[in-house]
Amino acid sequence: MDTIKKEKFTSLPAEPDLKSLGNIDAPNHVTGRSMYVDDIPVMEGMLFLKIFDSPIAHGTIKSIDFAEAEKMEGVVKIFSCKDIPGENQIGGIIPDEPLLADHEVHFMGQPILLIAAENEDAAEDALAKIKIEIEPLPVITDPRVAFAQGKLLSASRKFVMGDAAAAFKNCKYIFEGQASTNGQEHLYLETQGAYAYPTEHNSVKVFSSTQGPTAVQRTVARVLGVGMNSVEVDVSRLGGGFGGKEDQASTWGAMAALASYVLKRPAKCILHRMEDMRMTGKRNPYSSDYKIGLDETYKIIAYEATFYQNGGAAADLSPAILERTLFHATNSYFIPNVSVTAHSCKTNLPPNTAFRGFGGPQGMFVIESAIDHVAKSIGIDTNIIQRKNMMDDGDELSYGQIVHHCEAKHCWNKMEEHYDLKKIKEEVNAFNNSNDFYKKGFSLMPVCFGISFTNTMMNQARALVHIYSDGTVGVSTGGVEMGQGLNAKMMQVAAATLGISTSKIKLETTNTTRVANTSPSAASSTADLNGKAVLDACRQINERLHTFIKTELTDKIDSSIEIKNGVVYIDDEASVFNWKNLIQQAFMKRISLSAKGHYATPIIHFDKTIEKGHPFAYHVYGTALTQVTVDCLRGTYEIDAVHAVHDFGSSMNPTVDLGQCEGGIVQGIGWMTMEEIVYNENGKLLSNALSTYKIPDIYSVPKKLDVHFLHTAGNDMAILKSKAVGEPPLMYGIGAYFAIRNAVLAFNPKAAVPYAAPITPEKVLMNLY
Amino acid sequence: MISFILNNQTVVTNQPSGSTVLDFVRYHKRLSGTKIGCREGDCGACTILVGDREDGKLIYRSMTSCLMPLGNAQGKHIVTVEGINMADLSPVQQAMVDTNGTQCGFCTIGFVMSLTGFVMNETAKNYQQAIASIDGNICRCTGYKSIERAAEMLSEKMNEKPGETTMDWLISNNFIPAYFNDIANRLQQLKTTAENINDENGTLIIGGGTDLIVQKHSLVKRSATNHVFDTASLKGVRFENEKYIIGASTTVTDFAESILIQNNFPDLAKHIKLVSSTPIRNMATIAGNIVNASPIGDMTVFFLALNAEITLSNHATKRSVLLKDFYKGYKQLDKTKDEFIESISFSLPSAAVFNFEKVCKRTHLDIASVNSACMFQLNNDGTIEDVHLAAGGVAPFPKYLFNTVAFLKNKKISAATLKEGIKIMNEEIAPISDARGTADYKRLLLRQLFLAHFAGINKNVLKEILLQPAF
Repeated sequence: MDTIKKEKFTSLPAEPDLKSLGNIDAPNHVTGRSMYVDDIPVMEGMLFLKIFDSPIAHGTIKSIDFAEAEKMEGVVKIFSCKDIPGENQIGGIIPDEPLLADHEVHFMGQPILLIAAENEDAAEDALAKIKIEIEPLPVITDPRVAFAQGKLLSASRKFVMGDAAAAFKNCKYIFEGQASTNGQEHLYLETQGAYAYPTEHNSVKVFSSTQGPTAVQRTVARVLGVGMNSVEVDVSRLGGGFGGKEDQASTWGAMAALASYVLKRPAKCILHRMEDMRMTGKRNPYSSDYKIGLDETYKIIAYEATFYQNGGAAADLSPAILERTLFHATNSYFIPNVSVTAHSCKTNLPPNTAFRGFGGPQGMFVIESAIDHVAKSIGIDTNIIQRKNMMDDGDELSYGQIVHHCEAKHCWNKMEEHYDLKKIKEEVNAFNNSNDFYKKGFSLMPVCFGISFTNTMMNQARALVHIYSDGTVGVSTGGVEMGQGLNAKMMQVAAATLGISTSKIKLETTNTTRVANTSPSAASSTADLNGKAVLDACRQINERLHTFIKTELTDKIDSSIEIKNGVVYIDDEASVFNWKNLIQQAFMKRISLSAKGHYATPIIHFDKTIEKGHPFAYHVYGTALTQVTVDCLRGTYEIDAVHAVHDFGSSMNPTVDLGQCEGGIVQGIGWMTMEEIVYNENGKLLSNALSTYKIPDIYSVPKKLDVHFLHTAGNDMAILKSKAVGEPPLMYGIGAYFAIRNAVLAFNPKAAVPYAAPITPEKVLMNLY
Repeated sequence: MISFILNNQTVVTNQPSGSTVLDFVRYHKRLSGTKIGCREGDCGACTILVGDREDGKLIYRSMTSCLMPLGNAQGKHIVTVEGINMADLSPVQQAMVDTNGTQCGFCTIGFVMSLTGFVMNETAKNYQQAIASIDGNICRCTGYKSIERAAEMLSEKMNEKPGETTMDWLISNNFIPAYFNDIANRLQQLKTTAENINDENGTLIIGGGTDLIVQKHSLVKRSATNHVFDTASLKGVRFENEKYIIGASTTVTDFAESILIQNNFPDLAKHIKLVSSTPIRNMATIAGNIVNASPIGDMTVFFLALNAEITLSNHATKRSVLLKDFYKGYKQLDKTKDEFIESISFSLPSAAVFNFEKVCKRTHLDIASVNSACMFQLNNDGTIEDVHLAAGGVAPFPKYLFNTVAFLKNKKISAATLKEGIKIMNEEIAPISDARGTADYKRLLLRQLFLAHFAGINKNVLKEILLQPAF
């Protein structure tokens, strides 16, 4: 177990050049040459689009008057829902969300009209001239209130294993309580946006900042009333996504496409930051009830929980998020009797949506709260209960999947090997005893996260590999590069499989005409799914080339062929053929130099009617130790250190994977600490700008952040045995909440600190005194 | 016409002087490396470097182009990432690549420009200074640890450099392109031919733009504006007649870098670190902060506790008013329409203790939930001879705590005094609940910050008050 710094230079196995590739986009990023949607050179006559959105959270539109606005100089057209040629519907899972509000509005910020103007000023001026009259209806912002009124976005779900009710009878310790987590603004640095222009055959081309090119394509086709083949969506890269552009990029793609399609002009719709924050959904807030029962040896025998998910005004991805909350309701623990229920509640907030972890973090916070509740109540260390109940090979999860290659204990034990918990506890106590107004706290946070889309159908991907006649290679996949290093990983797969230098390979934009029917880049699975598809395509080409070498270039039909570093090896001996002349000759001989690869994750399945199956290709494990210091005079805190032991499998790109891990941890800490979404009782977002919604800056991150790579064999279902890394590390951040809470209790042991995140400086101070 | 040097090109434009440099470089010059993240100076994705001659020297400072009015570029060197790109990556760019300091890349340019500003600063060398240079840059992907490693690499490199940083050294070490060598001369020539771009009849006076453009972007870009950011008579810190006089257009950075000020405020660096970020401090003017009358203006609270006086002018006549009497209500000032702030002044008692406190959701680069400043001096017998106390976030305007101050005078610092002081203070504040905290929190927080002011004098008092369960 070494830290990355050592590892990078000492212990890299085979293909060191590929493993140390890092992020291939970095040189373009640092020179400002990477192109995001708003950087694409635009065409003559481009229209600027602005949205007129609902000023209230719930109501009936009585009248709307935009005649005057539409007559203003520079205004080309104002679209209402009546101007939509196809269906006024953008709901992805459930058709419950209009593109432009019809007679009712359901959240503040809901798009009502689309203004197309010659320039931005004209569009802004038009906004100010629109008159609307809305009769208010009651506003609900609390999911429990919505539930009580029967307002649900989708059917409730329940996972059951064993018999929790009966098992509670055999428990020595039973505790019940509530836990809640607030939402989280994605705050991708690049706001949502799209640029579209009309193409032949009544079609449209859309450049979108989306994690789901096909979702945009499908939505645009629906809104325009055309076939999906009339809509081409192209994505070069995103300035961050984090789930916020999985489903919600479709709205702006549809806006740009609508104006462009109807007016036959290029059109661009880029949201201002405040529009983005006001109009788009965030991580789903949850309010939950838990009941936990342990025997006298601290084994958790039974666990019940009810999750009230704040879905916002439309389903969006909330039903799927809800499901993942249940999948991760017991985190890394084996509990034999589980009964967990989840409700997706309809409120008058912007439709909440995917955010790194996708409901998993919200479920984990509740079980961690329940365990902490028990530990505090019976007066033992929380980590004793955590360790005691860690899952292992052969354990069954509440949804029926049996755990294999479990690394949960392995990670935890490595953590204990490296950091003496007893000593840390003593040091913390000593510090707290000798300081009146500074208190330290620490916590442990294990994570077990399932990899695969929980909707089995979505676990498929395709890739298109072209080898051009000069030997250069273009690789297209259905995956979207958004900073996670997908391009680098795909390049590694292609270079390793074809046996050529990365300098010959280019990663193309993600385009629906090159790779169709893509799943969004989400669920941490993008590299696995698309990488396996690239692998398939490259292998097909290899096969053709090998046959060509054996039968046409030579007559060595029974020889073994391998291409390494661009040289053809025949029976392990370098031949006179290199990549360039091989490709030239293959092309002359009319060998197909293109291939489409396809991958569908094997084994996985899930039956929703019984809520049982094997939904995940594999799980990712880890444990993090978080140490903090609270300034008990001011109520502020610093994260002193986070030490994580993380199961990367056999990391194919340690630089990229470390970056994912560090970034995820800090994002998780942000969610648990300073990031506070505030809506008032009228459903108005008060934390509506970067000045009022704070994400971690460079001074607020952990002073020390070590990520230890747990060496394991990896998993064959992972690309090159390198496990998915996008989401799991975020959940280590949950440890920050408990560490801070512990420090608060060290100052004020009587404080009844609710299990409610984030634990802002305000909550800290209010609990200190 | 506004004229300036943009990277290696002299530009002359008739774009509105109140439009932003960001829009100009992106949409008029198609320099798309500079990104738009928030348009309120809170993310740093649009950071550029601005070169100007200060005391005969060409100095480059980082600024957020989203808040910089184009008029403020007049006669200066505006540097975007395209202006530092060379055939090879610069050591700053290379460090960001080598440490994987970039993931999605959208914020990256801002970091590259800020760090380039760090290496161009002639005295900057150490790691803390490198980090301070990027205190206004937000990244959502990396968690900053890799960027810290890049900053470490750069500060190591800076430590290898002999003596002060010169343009020659920067160029020969590939930090910036060779054309920078000629910029000082080119700016000199430009200054002699530059027109006055100010509209003397314009009523909109704009300093650094850091508040006006956030609040009223649309208005500013369409108004006739008077740019006072570079008005020489309004800049600088001086000491005259036992008073420190700060010109209205002095930036927070100018103030913080003033030796005169530093000599009198031993904790100045610590206090200023709590105020916005490097690029914003490079733009924000002292008068702007005061006239904005934001209830939580950091510098305003700072000056209130110094019992500062402001000088107002309408060109024809001048008058002075104590800052504590300047605020009449929410955004209501003792100022006529044609008056502008010329300077702000204060005197410092020799034995004064000064403290500034600020708490927000995020310690740095945030707006205060509550801020407070206090200056006091004690007699030999420990009684408070003189005291000034101010707080932000607890009233509709930056609040000078008149009653509390009156009470504290001539009292000894004791638990009983401070407890009574808190009681009086609570009666003269009226915080409201908003995104920065509930009213109850703000009351409690001000109590804590009030006690923090006196913690340095008598730690036991603090314990006596706060560790009693009943309080």
